Parts: sequence; C-alpha cells; structure tokens
Amino acid sequence: MIDLVINIVLIVIPIMLGYFFGRRIERRHYESIREREAQFASLMTTALKQPLEPQKVVTAELVSGSVVISIDYFKRFLAGLRNFFGGNITAYESLVDRARREAILRMKESAAGADEIINIRIETSSISKNSSKGNIGSVEVLAYGTALKY
Amino acid sequence: MQLTNIETIPGKTIMAHYGIVSGSTVRAKHAGRDIMAGFKNIFGGELKAYTELLSESREEALARMQEQAKSLGANAIVNVRFSTSSVAAGAAELYVYGTAVSVE
Repeated sequence: MIDLVINIVLIVIPIMLGYFFGRRIERRHYESIREREAQFASLMTTALKQPLEPQKVVTAELVSGSVVISIDYFKRFLAGLRNFFGGNITAYESLVDRARREAILRMKESAAGADEIINIRIETSSISKNSSKGNIGSVEVLAYGTALKY
Repeated sequence: MQLTNIETIPGKTIMAHYGIVSGSTVRAKHAGRDIMAGFKNIFGGELKAYTELLSESREEALARMQEQAKSLGANAIVNVRFSTSSVAAGAAELYVYGTAVSVE
C-alpha cells in the first residue's frame, strides 16, 4: 500500500512541477519571441534562391541559428493521453513552433548588418534519451540561410 | 573561405568546380550534461548545454569541410547543406556538405 502511494507521488509530483513551471517558461518564451520578432521584422527573409534585388548585392555569407528545447512532464503526460485517443497533440505543436521561431530569430541575430536572408532551410531532429522507444523528449531545430548585404 | 547555401555567390563568377566536399562529427552527450538535462525535462524549456554542444560540433564539421576545400585549392563553397542523424542512443552525427568552387 505504501509502495503504491510512493509510486503515485513520484508520478504526480513531476507532472505538477511540469504544469506550473512549464507553463511559466513557455509564456515567457513566447513573450520574448514576439518582442524579438517585432524587432527583426524589417530584415527580409525568404526561401527563394535568388535575391530580391540581385544587382545590389555586395557580400554573401552563410548564417545559422539553432536551439534545443525540451517538453515538460505535464505536456508529455497529456500527449500520452492524446496518443490513446488520437487527434492534434497541441502540446507538441507549441514545442516545435517555439523551437522553429527561436532558431530563425537566432539566425537573424547572427546576421548582424545583413539586408536580406535568402534560401532559408529549417531542419528539425528529435533528441531523446530512449530513441528506441520513439518518445519525443526534446527537439533540435537548425535554421540556416545566406545573408546578403547591399 | 566564402560559404553560401545558394548555387552561386552573388556578384562573383565561378571559375572552376572541384566537386563535393564534406565534414562530419559524431558527438556523444556528456554524463553531467545529461543529468542536468534530465531535470530540465521535468520543467521544459531550452537545454542550453545541448544547444551549445550541437553548435560546437557543427562548427567542427564546418571547419573540416573548409579544410578539405582548401586542400583542393578552392576559395569558396556553394550550396552548403546541413544534416543530422542519430547514430545510436545518446550520440548524434552532424554532417555538412557542399560544392567546392573557386571564384575570381
């Protein structure tokens, strides 16, 4: 009986911690993403292979940005339930959305003084402790492109 | 060494092609970092140690590719692509490849 209680506590505590801290971390991260996105809104980024104004280009340079973001326990628990019933797993949607936007922002930050970034490629890979089990623990997103100066 | 991930270097003419060049690293996770990441897994959020580890490894792969291109006599690499694959649990391979060229 005591064993059962201890087991339940060991499962419930990480989920509660994940719920309280995870939500706070995510909200703060989204605030910071929105703020920096507004700041970099004027830097044109495209997935095109040609510059918008080819005749003005002076230098071209490879730039990249990457981030590894982990999901919290509460969301992992929710996703486990969703796996059973099927449907959108919103918990993971916001995880990869945050990671992609953060990676793009870091790429933009590393391209100081650029006027345009072209041919952006975004690559996502999952990093997990037990990759054999196939559970997504955390994702790595790499964004890269060619920064142009006019 | 100039790098781009488009087929050309804008404003410059490609004089010679030297074929494909590549660089790769296989990195395993550090035990100490792994424990910290285990805690972070409960709360969620960025795993800074992993972000750094992976970007350092990618820099290393890039340096190896540039070295190879330099030994061929190239002064630029175009159409650079990154790729990541997990070789085993706890280890990742970071691979970068491109076409070595020389521009005027």
